[in-house]
Order: sequence, then C-alpha cells, then structure tokens
Amino acid sequence: MKLLVTFSRRKGYEPIIAKAVKETGVLIRVDRAHIDSSGGEVLIDVPEESCRLVSEKMGSLGATVKILEHPVVRDEDECVDCGACISICPREVFTFDGEWRLAMEVEKCVLCGKCIDACPHDALSQQVPG
Amino acid sequence: MAMEKSIELINKRIREGNARVVTAEEMPGVVAELGEEGAFAEVDVVTTGTFGAMCSTGAFLNFGHSDPPIRMSQVFLNDVEAYGGVAAVDAYIGATQQSTTRGMEYGGAHVLEDFVAGKRVELRALSPGTDCYPRRELTTELILDDLNQAIMVNPRNAYQRYNAATNSTDRTLLTYMGMLLPSFGNITYSGAGVLSPISNDPSFHVIGSGVPIFLAGAPGMIIGEGTQHSPGKGFGTLMVTADMKEMSQEYLRAATMTGYGVTMYIGVGVPLPVIDLGVVRSTAVRDEDIRVNVIDYGIPSRDRPALREVSYADLKSGSIEIRGEVVKTSSLSSYRRARGVALELKRWVESGKMTLSLPTRRIDATKLVRPMRETARVPRVQDIMDRNIYSVSDGDELKEAAKRLLKGDTNHLVVLDKEGKLVGIITTYDLSKAIARPGRAKKVRDIMTTRVITTNPDEHVDIVARKLEHYNVSALPVVDPDEKVLGMLTAIDLGKLFGGRWLK
Ligand code: SF4
Ligand code: SF4
Repeated sequence: MKLLVTFSRRKGYEPIIAKAVKETGVLIRVDRAHIDSSGGEVLIDVPEESCRLVSEKMGSLGATVKILEHPVVRDEDECVDCGACISICPREVFTFDGEWRLAMEVEKCVLCGKCIDACPHDALSQQVPG
Repeated sequence: MAMEKSIELINKRIREGNARVVTAEEMPGVVAELGEEGAFAEVDVVTTGTFGAMCSTGAFLNFGHSDPPIRMSQVFLNDVEAYGGVAAVDAYIGATQQSTTRGMEYGGAHVLEDFVAGKRVELRALSPGTDCYPRRELTTELILDDLNQAIMVNPRNAYQRYNAATNSTDRTLLTYMGMLLPSFGNITYSGAGVLSPISNDPSFHVIGSGVPIFLAGAPGMIIGEGTQHSPGKGFGTLMVTADMKEMSQEYLRAATMTGYGVTMYIGVGVPLPVIDLGVVRSTAVRDEDIRVNVIDYGIPSRDRPALREVSYADLKSGSIEIRGEVVKTSSLSSYRRARGVALELKRWVESGKMTLSLPTRRIDATKLVRPMRETARVPRVQDIMDRNIYSVSDGDELKEAAKRLLKGDTNHLVVLDKEGKLVGIITTYDLSKAIARPGRAKKVRDIMTTRVITTNPDEHVDIVARKLEHYNVSALPVVDPDEKVLGMLTAIDLGKLFGGRWLK
C-alpha cells in the first residue's frame, strides 16, 4: 500500500520514518521524498497488513498520513488508448490488453510523474488525497 | 471467370445491402484461407483506418457578416490566431497554432475539438476599417452551428508509415514523437501498420482524388496527394476534406506533446473497392511486411542516422533489440481507435451509407520529397570558432595550467593526452577552486572535467547554442572525428556573431 506522509518541522525535528521503522519493526520502502527546511512529503510503500500500524505510529509522531489507493488515475474519457505512457513508465504499470485497450497495474506505481507529463491527452493525473 | 469487378457492380451490391466488406486487418487471413482468386470472389470492399497525431490539420471557417460589417485582418479563436488573409469573414485555423495566453496547453486543435464538442468559442477580430467594411473590432461567442461553413481541409494526413524514434543522448528529449528517454531508454512509433490506408494501396491504384473516406467521423473525400508526399520511398500522404458539422469528438482529439507543442489526433479511413487482383494483393499486406527505420533523434540534423530496420509487427510486440539491449516500444497513435475507424467504415458501407468511387485523378505513386533549397549560407562552427588552441597535458602541474590561462587570455584549457587526444577540460573556475581549497589536487588530471561536451566544424550554430544552454557550459572544444582538437567555440564567439541573440 502506498502512504503519503506529510509533516512539518515546526515542532522540532523528529526523524519520523526512522522512528516508525524502529518502533513498529515494519520495513518501509521510500518511493519518493520531498523534504525541505519547513517540512516534507514522502511517499512510502508498506505491506498491506501493517498499513494501520504504520499510519497510527506516524500520526502519533505528528505526521499526516493518507492512504493512496489509486496513485495515478486515468480519465477514461480523455484516454485514446495510444500507449504513449507504456514505454516511459519505469515500473511497467501500463500494458495493452488483447483488445489494444490500456490496462494499468497501479500498485506498481512509484509516482515518478513521468507518465503524467508524457500523456499527450492529459488523461493521467495524480490522485489528490483528501 | 473474369478477374475484374466493376465499381458499378460493387456499388449496386452496397445499395442493395449485400456487399461483402472486411477490414484490412481481416483481409490477410481471408487471402491466406481462400487464395487470391477466392478472396477476390468473396470480398467487395476492404476498409482501412488510422488514428494518430496529424499536425497538418485545420479548417476553413466562414463566420457570416456582422453589422456594421468588418473585413477581418486578424482573427483569434479562444486566443488562438487563425489565418485571416482569406476574404472578409473567412479564416483558416491550423491545429498546431498555440494560444497567445495559454501557450502549449491550448491551441488550434483544441479550438477545433471544442467546436465539434458543441462548446462556445470566442471570436475576436481586428481590422483597419475600410469604406465598405467600417468596423475595426469585434468580439462574439460562437458555436459550430452558428458558422456558415466549417470545412476541414488537412494538407497532410494518413502517412503511409512512419519511422520509429529513439534517443542516444544522456538526456530526455521532448519531441513530436513523444518523450524519448536517455540512452535508448524507449522507442516510440506511429501509424496503424496493417490498417494504414496507403500501405494497403501503395501504388495508388484505387486511392486518388475524389475517393470517399471517413474523416473524424464524417464522410469526406480525398483531395489529392498530401504535402510532403513521398510514395517513391514508401511515405505517401493524403490531402483530405470533410464537413466539421458531421464530425465526432471520438475521432478528433486535441493533444499536447509535452515540451513540443499542440497537435491533433484524428481518425482517417479509406474504403478500398476490390476491383481486381491487384487490390487483393495489396490489401493482403501484414504488419510483418511494413518496415520502417528506428531513427536516433539525439542527432540534431535532418538526416538522422537509422539504427536498424524493423516491422510494425516488431514494434507492436512491445520491445525490440537495439545494440544488444532490449528496448521497450510504445505507440503514439491508437491502434484501438484505428480499428474503430475501419469497423465504423465497414458499417457505413454494409448499410449503404457510403458508396465508393474510383479516382477522378490519379495520385503520382513515384514522387519523392526534396529537402529545402537554402539560399542563405548557414553559419557553421568553423566560421566562428577560435582556432588558437590553449592546451595542457593531464600530467601538468596546476601552476602550469594557471600560466597558460594567463598567457592565452582565456578561461578554458583543453587537456590532451600524450597522443594529442582530448581527455578533459579545465576552466579558470576549476583552478581557482583548487587553489582556494588546497587539498590533494596537484596535477591537471585531478581537477579536470573528463566528460567533455564537444562540437565539430560542420555543426550548425543553432545546435551549438542549444548545447551550451542544455549543458550549461560556456565553451565547447571543436574536434575532428579522431578527437583531435581543432579549436574552441565559446558563448562569446556566438554572441559576437549574432549581437547577443544567442545569449540569455
Ligand atoms: S498516454 Fe494517455 S491517452 Fe495514451 S494510452 Fe496512456 S493514458 Fe491513454
Ligand atoms: S507515475 Fe511513474 S511509476 Fe507511476 S505509472 Fe506513471 S510513470 Fe509509472
């Protein structure tokens, strides 16, 4: 499961991810991170069964945690099944089915954003958690 | 049995609702099963289709006269400029023209799609005013039905086939062939292969002027050869037309190639009457038979090198091998919608909605496109480079490098090995850094940059300017094919030549 963790550093610096790993014993994979002096936004991948444990822990450490069920979403009205997204995705999220229709395995997505830029039809976007 | 069928007979069958129609995707199977003569007897019409980016698309619009009347000299539709140099209230809107306010995000293609989708489009027109057309300015909102005519006329659609694209450089390229990842990271291609209209009639036997077609959901017509038509090398094109009022958004989609610009995805299909065995043979073509080159878009010149030849079957398989590596392929055009076009066209013919015609004028099947004749001499690196070579060798002391920088009154030294080959570059900045922070660096090789971006004497100045910008460097050594240094080209040389036009 993908979790989007946002935190601010106002209340003093807490190594939230390191602490969560240490205290829950769950191995967290960091897919993407954007951290600056005021705070950060980190996309992590955790096993489904530990999802709750990790988000509660991080919550108690002052972070906001959102579960991303569909990291990249496709607007089916805009998509023309061209396939331009297929070869640029580093995680092979996109394939054609037998009918040349675009199929997605979103659970593989690491939200690198490449496909969102590459789609000529503006059909792909990142789910706004909320 | 005569191996010819008249167009009248085929049309009679269409009108009676018993013409036998297959798509160009089904035809190879029919021929394989029944043989050429059997397929000839069995099939009356083969429908083709393609759906992909076709930049050379646009429409003539007639807005009707306002009161008081205006002779529009500048025309904007949702802030996208249309060509107003055709009479008082006519304009031609081209798909790739970009909005003056929204840039690449919105362009002529979007205006066309908005019209077809039934949306309101703002027309803004300016005029100097004349005795007969006194009005100078006009703004109004229009929908497609408000226009007297909206006639799509596309100078170049339905490319027979198209070379695939890849990228040898170390940075992502944003091109009209989509996003090309560095170091042969992917391959993109365009075209429907087995369904492509011209690939099913490369000798232009039944494709020609006056032939009815499917264009973006509307019944349309082939005008004649398209611009850049080059069938002699297998790159034929068509100029086509249809009424926008009959089009459907399903087959007309504006798009933006990131970092490149606006284009139009459009569906085009041509029904081919099976009048003789020639048509049977040409429509038996398969993806395996249609071959294209894989071109390296990393080379910024018109004659880009081909890395290898592949077929549409290879491209559609999802990956091909380039220099021993498996590289993922993906299409920019939609095969699914190309199929949709061929199937829709099949329904039109089966239901009698569209009857066929033979060309009223033949299209030349041997023509070759020529490159532009350029009369002004294009400045090249050799015209402006500095032929003085300021060099050090990689084993020299830093002090020696400092001396030579001073002596040459330059900011860059090329570093040469014993054979005189280029192995690095150092700048005044590198040297100052080494002196300001004394560490272990003693020799030139300790501080030089080894990944040197170079140019060659023949390179076009525009390309050099882009290199300086992309790599954020201020000078490029000029080398021959053996890496021997011939001189240096600096941003200052370029600046001198163009009075600062090249410097940001
Ligand atoms: S690139 Fe965009 S339009 Fe093309 S298949 Fe992917 S999501 Fe659909
Ligand atoms: S965001 Fe990146 S990883 Fe996710 S689907 Fe798009 S290209 Fe693939």
